[in-house]
Amino acid sequence: MRIVVLVKPVPDTASSGERLRPDDWRLDRAAVPAVVNANDEYALEAALKLTEAQGGEVVMVSMAPPSAPETMRKALAMGAASGTLVTDPALEGSDVVTTTRVLAAALKDIEYDLLFAGADTSDGGGGVVPAGVATLLGLPYLSYAAKIEPDEAARTVRVRRISPTGFDVLEAPMPALIVCTQALGEPRYPSLKGIMSARSKELTTIALGDVAGAEASAATTAVLAAIAPPPRAATRVIRAPADEAAQQVVAFLVERRIV
Amino acid sequence: MAAAAPIWVHGELAPDGSLARISTEVATLARELGAAAKREVVGVIVGSDPTAAASELAGFLPRVLAVTEPQTADHAGATIVGERLAALIEREKPDFLFAGAGPEGRDVSGVVSALTGLGVLVNAVAVRWEDGPVVDMSVFGGKLTTTSRFTGERGIVTLRPNVVTAVPAQSAGTVEQVSVDGPLKLPLVKVVDRIEADDVAAPIEEARIIVAGGRGVGGPDGFGVVEELAQALGGAVGATRAAVDAGWIPYAQQIGQTGKIVKPALYLALGISGAIQHKVGMQTADTIVAVNRDPDAPIAEFADLFVVGDLFEVAPAILAALRARAG
Repeated sequence: MRIVVLVKPVPDTASSGERLRPDDWRLDRAAVPAVVNANDEYALEAALKLTEAQGGEVVMVSMAPPSAPETMRKALAMGAASGTLVTDPALEGSDVVTTTRVLAAALKDIEYDLLFAGADTSDGGGGVVPAGVATLLGLPYLSYAAKIEPDEAARTVRVRRISPTGFDVLEAPMPALIVCTQALGEPRYPSLKGIMSARSKELTTIALGDVAGAEASAATTAVLAAIAPPPRAATRVIRAPADEAAQQVVAFLVERRIV
Repeated sequence: MAAAAPIWVHGELAPDGSLARISTEVATLARELGAAAKREVVGVIVGSDPTAAASELAGFLPRVLAVTEPQTADHAGATIVGERLAALIEREKPDFLFAGAGPEGRDVSGVVSALTGLGVLVNAVAVRWEDGPVVDMSVFGGKLTTTSRFTGERGIVTLRPNVVTAVPAQSAGTVEQVSVDGPLKLPLVKVVDRIEADDVAAPIEEARIIVAGGRGVGGPDGFGVVEELAQALGGAVGATRAAVDAGWIPYAQQIGQTGKIVKPALYLALGISGAIQHKVGMQTADTIVAVNRDPDAPIAEFADLFVVGDLFEVAPAILAALRARAG
């Protein structure tokens, strides 16, 4: 079984330097270290567990800036066999429409049984790209997966989708696109062996022109401004016996018309 | 001159066939924008039985289109809804589509965008009208707020829950049954079973009040006091990733980077240190109250009120004080 995982490098949430360049309102990638998007790591982990249990390999695909290979090595160190990065200056600052179209076009040249994506990205992603990619590729779309059970012999896959009241059990023929969540399980840390072997794994960088049928169309959306939200008011600290502290908390909630 | 093209609202169905709450918020926002833009605002609901939700949505909008699509009864709905909605958009040519930024709205918006080529502005936290929607979005976990607009005349906006207060229209609108002909082209995904979880709690994305527990709660039993306090306040129970990973509470209740992003009126954090991965999911709450034994916990820096103390003493005391007040 071959599983392709869509992976995006994002600014490390744990840092605090995220800023947009004021000349074009694009992310200043030099200002903040990049990491593999956390939800994509759950997708990778789920894919690795499935191929370890049933055989096969995991391959990652990303549309990413030229600095991405360093970040992407982590995915290879976790166990992905190889990766393809679509990198092109024309793709900088891409909107949802271009991102969706380029990923879909790149995937047309790649073989897979299942395609995994993370539920959303921590940089402010709206979680709309995977549904668009599935639509353009004509793939069955199974979102918000908490459990994934492929049946290779039957060429079908079952997914437990998180619903507002519990789970929906979905079934579709393969290949299919599955959106992965944290409920699938904790991602592994790369082992030393994994890190060593990642260095020799194939990470192919291709330009937009190498992707058949892909082009960067004019952006449908534009950023006008970016500001840091106003800081919260100073914290009021209460150090008092529990009963007294509780009275003060309730008085505060009343004052703010919450209760 | 012809009237400017309408603004559409995607009406989302809750599992019981009623209108999802997020759609009342989206409809309220779109109605306000429509008044500012002097444009018609139309709701659209696609489902196997859209009637009840359509009349609910007509409580917020002057005109609602209901599309009966039997396939959504036993197939994953978003792809089907998106395909029918995209066909209607191609036919009726509205300029803008507003949807919720929850799982359903995101899936539907992704499908519609792919089929129509319309751009998407995601996770709106505020929208105003200046010759088109001007959309504020909270990005990088709330560290920045960006303001964006469409480069052309058309597009899709997804709205975060709890950023608009739903207000019904002064008079109810009309519901029209419309049909979209032709077979569905996108692949159907069968729903082979629907499992109702025993421990389904109130949805946290929509809650006005959230009482959340972290590592300091200590175990599944520790969530008892979190739940009691949530109940007393009429709120929902939330949790940190540490509490979810430990198996104390389901993933659906997780707030933070890989869980849900919430914006309640009150966030009461019990035994939560306030690590960045959690902070990004809740820092835009109107009021944050935290109880933690560690006076140096990061949450002390961004809570409005911080109680230094043992949650197992302070939380029951708050509960008692609330009950005493309620008489």
